[in-house]
Amino acid sequence: MDELAEEFLREILSFYQGHKSELIPILLEIQNNFGYLPKEAILLVSNFINVPKGHIYSVASFYTRLRLLPLGRHRVTVCRGTACHIRGAPQILKEIENVLGIKEGETSSDLEYTLDTVACIGCCALAPCLTVDGKVHGAMNTDKVKKIFEASSVKGKHEQ
Amino acid sequence: MSNREHSIFVCQGTGCISSGAEQVFASLGKEIVRLGLEGKVRVKRTGCHGFCQQGPLVTLEPYGILYTNVQPDDATDICQSLLAQGKPITRLLYRDPTTGNPVPYYRNIPFYQKQERIVLRHCGKIDPENIGDYTATGGYQALRKALLSMKPEEVIDEVKRSGLRGLGGAGFPTGQKWEVCATASGNEKYVVCNGDEGDPGAFQDRAVMEADPHAIIEGMIIAAYAIGARRGFIYVRAEYPLAVNRLKIGITQARKEGFLGRNILGTSFDFDIEVFQGAGAFVCGESTALVRSIEGDRGWPKPLPRPRTAEAGLWGFPTLLNNVKTFANIPIIITYGSQWFASRGTASSKGTAIFSLTGKVVNCGLIEVLMGTTLGEIIFGIGGGIRDGKAFKAVQTGGPSGGCLPASLLDLQIDFDSLTAAGSMMGSGGMVVMDEDTCMVDVARYFLDFTQRESCGQCFPCRVGTKQMLEILDDITKGRGKPEDTELLLELSTAVADTSLCALGQTAPNPVLTTIRYFHDEYEAHINEKRCPAGVCQSLAKGGGC
Repeated sequence: MDELAEEFLREILSFYQGHKSELIPILLEIQNNFGYLPKEAILLVSNFINVPKGHIYSVASFYTRLRLLPLGRHRVTVCRGTACHIRGAPQILKEIENVLGIKEGETSSDLEYTLDTVACIGCCALAPCLTVDGKVHGAMNTDKVKKIFEASSVKGKHEQ
Repeated sequence: MSNREHSIFVCQGTGCISSGAEQVFASLGKEIVRLGLEGKVRVKRTGCHGFCQQGPLVTLEPYGILYTNVQPDDATDICQSLLAQGKPITRLLYRDPTTGNPVPYYRNIPFYQKQERIVLRHCGKIDPENIGDYTATGGYQALRKALLSMKPEEVIDEVKRSGLRGLGGAGFPTGQKWEVCATASGNEKYVVCNGDEGDPGAFQDRAVMEADPHAIIEGMIIAAYAIGARRGFIYVRAEYPLAVNRLKIGITQARKEGFLGRNILGTSFDFDIEVFQGAGAFVCGESTALVRSIEGDRGWPKPLPRPRTAEAGLWGFPTLLNNVKTFANIPIIITYGSQWFASRGTASSKGTAIFSLTGKVVNCGLIEVLMGTTLGEIIFGIGGGIRDGKAFKAVQTGGPSGGCLPASLLDLQIDFDSLTAAGSMMGSGGMVVMDEDTCMVDVARYFLDFTQRESCGQCFPCRVGTKQMLEILDDITKGRGKPEDTELLLELSTAVADTSLCALGQTAPNPVLTTIRYFHDEYEAHINEKRCPAGVCQSLAKGGGC
């Protein structure tokens, strides 16, 4: 980790007081800024709130939002909620796996995409749905899946 | 134009936003400026109006006109229609699916007409990011009444008399929980709002947090006053960023107005609230797991015997944990009185039930009905029946802890106890409708896949039992089912339900038990004839009916 990143981490921590109850908020904020929890960050947090590194790994590996490995630039999350399931979510997931060439839980080798599923994003009335970089796409079908990943919106973001 | 204030409400719930409501909002704002109507017409954002499937939704007040599937290009026409005394634009109106006729006013649309909106009364009608909108409709008057004219015990008595039961799923009497917490000894006490809505197929808590955050905040402040707490948390799951944002805005505004912080309303009562974001663990909806999560630990439920969270919760202090909708009911009960509230609903379940009505039903969305309404009235009255003229097969309530109920139970009057007696449960409020193309064995497999993934792994029956059950269900759906499998599933269900450490495991078998109880013939078709009547299970022959 370079100096700049470490300085940034220290800045994030400066907004907290060092209570153990701040552990999950801190980890989520690091995750949001770095895309994952770098090893160095875990060491810093461990010193900051005075809990063993092992405890932080135990917490980080328990919650699905917290990741120990880098994620792709674009995060694709397919909802596997009940409403989505009975309206074809398994087929949507399969189609995305075909289009992106990665399976659920994987990141593409060029670090472009990470494909995940989520228990429910709460857009059940628009089932089946998915999110790309946090934006919800509802009433999906396999044609729409193809369009999303052809669309310039996703690729364009990367070029910027 | 008349002198009455004209408002254009644009729904900015997560559902409508994903259909493009932000662009509609921006475009309407520009159009108002272009036509020089600033000061005469207000364009306002609201939370979920409920009819998500028809979004983006726009309503024109005071006329009560509802426009559906609105696009940014429609802004000019909408403003023109306001100038023409609210003459409705036919092409944007909801059309009755049976007659094909346009329905201009939302009060005449069956989806809204048959609801009783008490908790959702502000949803789609006020700007959730503007405390002035909330106070203009009587908001924070209940807090004033409680703090300035009632003793804490009187508040608790009022909640007890109302008969309100916890709307997070289990239905524990709210006033009784408050009393336990108020009388428990502890130097500190906490109030926690459970917004960790993790049930797949449910979004009612998200909608209330997004649409009416101040109702939750006000309910929490009244609760804190009643039990003597000085600090509160709203635990929101990580997947709901908009809800987090709106609650934070609400808390900041409430502080500014003196409803939160020190010496609230000039009294000696201090209370403040923080938003705590979850990190993606279904089990954290369980009270002891949620407490551990806030404390910075793995969300592992605590084994029994243990004191109740109301007696020893956060850092060992008495902690009052209620669901989002439970808190949102409190200002209403204090304002209108316990009698008013208790006169609604059934003998054992008072007030209303809120459901996310989804699945194979014509009208999907957020609904609120009186306790005691029948399943049929909800699905066919409000929901408009089954899509594409298909036949109704089952309705699932209560998420992974609930069950699937068949057509013979459509006359069942829903409340906490009737749903439990039927093998399902109220749960947090998911209601997923299934038609003839839904395979009930696949649904059972789906829920076991969910609980098995979400099991925290702490206790053996849940960790291994759900996995075993999933493997058997997997086999059945792939044509490898054996005649003794349903018996084995029932046996495992009993073991997992009786011996798991927390409610996640104890209720995990419910989807399996109810599908075996009500749709036994589908299991037989899969196992004995290697056939999936609904045609869902790819490895099996299709059709044949049951």
